[in-house]
Amino acid sequence: MNHVLAAHAASSCHIFSGCGYPSPTIQDFYFRPLFTIGDFRFDKPMLLVLLSTLIVLVFFWAAFRKPQLVPRGVQNIGELGILFVRDQVLRPQLGKKGDSWLPFLSALFFFIWINNIFGVIPILYFPATSRFAYPAILTAMVWVLYMGIGIRKQGPLGYLKNLSVPSGAPWWILPLLAPIDFLSNVFIRPFTLSVRLWANMLAGHVLLLVFAMATWYLLTWSYELVFSAASFAVLIAITGLELLIQLLQAFIFTVLTAFYISGAYEPAH
Amino acid sequence: MFHHLAIVTPPLSGNPLVPSWTEVIWGGIAFLIVFVALWKLLLPRISTVLEERTEKIEGGLQRAEELQAEAQRVMQEYQARLDDARHEAARLREEAREQGAQIIAEMREQAQAEARRIAEAARAQIAADRQQAFASLRAEVGTLSVQLASKIVGESLDDEARQSRVVDRFLAELEASQSQASGARASS
Repeated sequence: MNHVLAAHAASSCHIFSGCGYPSPTIQDFYFRPLFTIGDFRFDKPMLLVLLSTLIVLVFFWAAFRKPQLVPRGVQNIGELGILFVRDQVLRPQLGKKGDSWLPFLSALFFFIWINNIFGVIPILYFPATSRFAYPAILTAMVWVLYMGIGIRKQGPLGYLKNLSVPSGAPWWILPLLAPIDFLSNVFIRPFTLSVRLWANMLAGHVLLLVFAMATWYLLTWSYELVFSAASFAVLIAITGLELLIQLLQAFIFTVLTAFYISGAYEPAH
Repeated sequence: MFHHLAIVTPPLSGNPLVPSWTEVIWGGIAFLIVFVALWKLLLPRISTVLEERTEKIEGGLQRAEELQAEAQRVMQEYQARLDDARHEAARLREEAREQGAQIIAEMREQAQAEARRIAEAARAQIAADRQQAFASLRAEVGTLSVQLASKIVGESLDDEARQSRVVDRFLAELEASQSQASGARASS
């Protein structure tokens, strides 16, 4: 957002100055590379992803480097985070025997959450997850994992049956239902999983841009100042809402992952 | 108006649902680094500590329960001992009271017996003394009265037999007169 805002602030595009409202476009999600090495173009979202990796690593390193029996300081927060993933995401779906999935689910949750949060952090102001590549690669990993586990645990045919035949459906509806269920579980699931996260982050970023730009666009010495102030107030409110949505989307992504994995372990009831 | 100011150049835009491979690989590597670090390095450390903590807390609770049970048991034992001691004390007190009463009774009996014995002895002594006094007086009074009488009548009454006869007669007369007097008192 800040490159847009920087450009915007540099402009003197205000209402009554013969300039239309510069609404945000999909172009605001494309960045000029910071540097290039041959074909490799390193842009701002990539920098943010790198930053999120460092933040998660440094935080958990600080928290769990020398864990104490009686936790102090940052260890408390680290434990809170890990136990949140374990007790709110992992255990309800996979039960206690699924505890070996804790590293994967924790990594997913914190990686996504930190990348989402960048959308409201001053200076950064861009959720890396609003670039489709990042939700897509995470979803691809989840898809490979749950398909692999399902085929290994239930056999190729068993898992195919699990994916296609809903339990309790009468036999004569199966010709209609089985293709839909198969399609839903194998192709639509990963699509919705990645698009849900990506679209939420994209829409949130656009919303913030709309009101940030409006605040600036309406900032003139006239009665329009009232609308500028109102836009700013809405911007603050939406920032709060975004914080909630960022956490919620990371949570939903992780919960659904745990749900798909648990479905791969044992047939749905 | 706005686009001539944008830092972004138009060729960068495209279909937002078609990811670039560079970003996909970049994101995949970044996530894998986070995952492997948590999986191999960081979560094993904290999970051992969490397990240890659970164990400590559970162990502590169990130990506290054991201690409480032990305390309960010891208290009951002391209570039982205290009750025993109370009973024993009561029993001893009762025994002592009985013994005391018995001793008092014995002492009283002994004292009474002793008193009786002393009184008896005194009475016998008095009787013997009286007898002795009576015998010695009888001899003494006889001699004295004969001497007195011989002195008065001038008659030699040295002869033993005569003396005793005279005295006996005198005493008999005396007794007779006394009995006559008492008989006369009784008849009158």
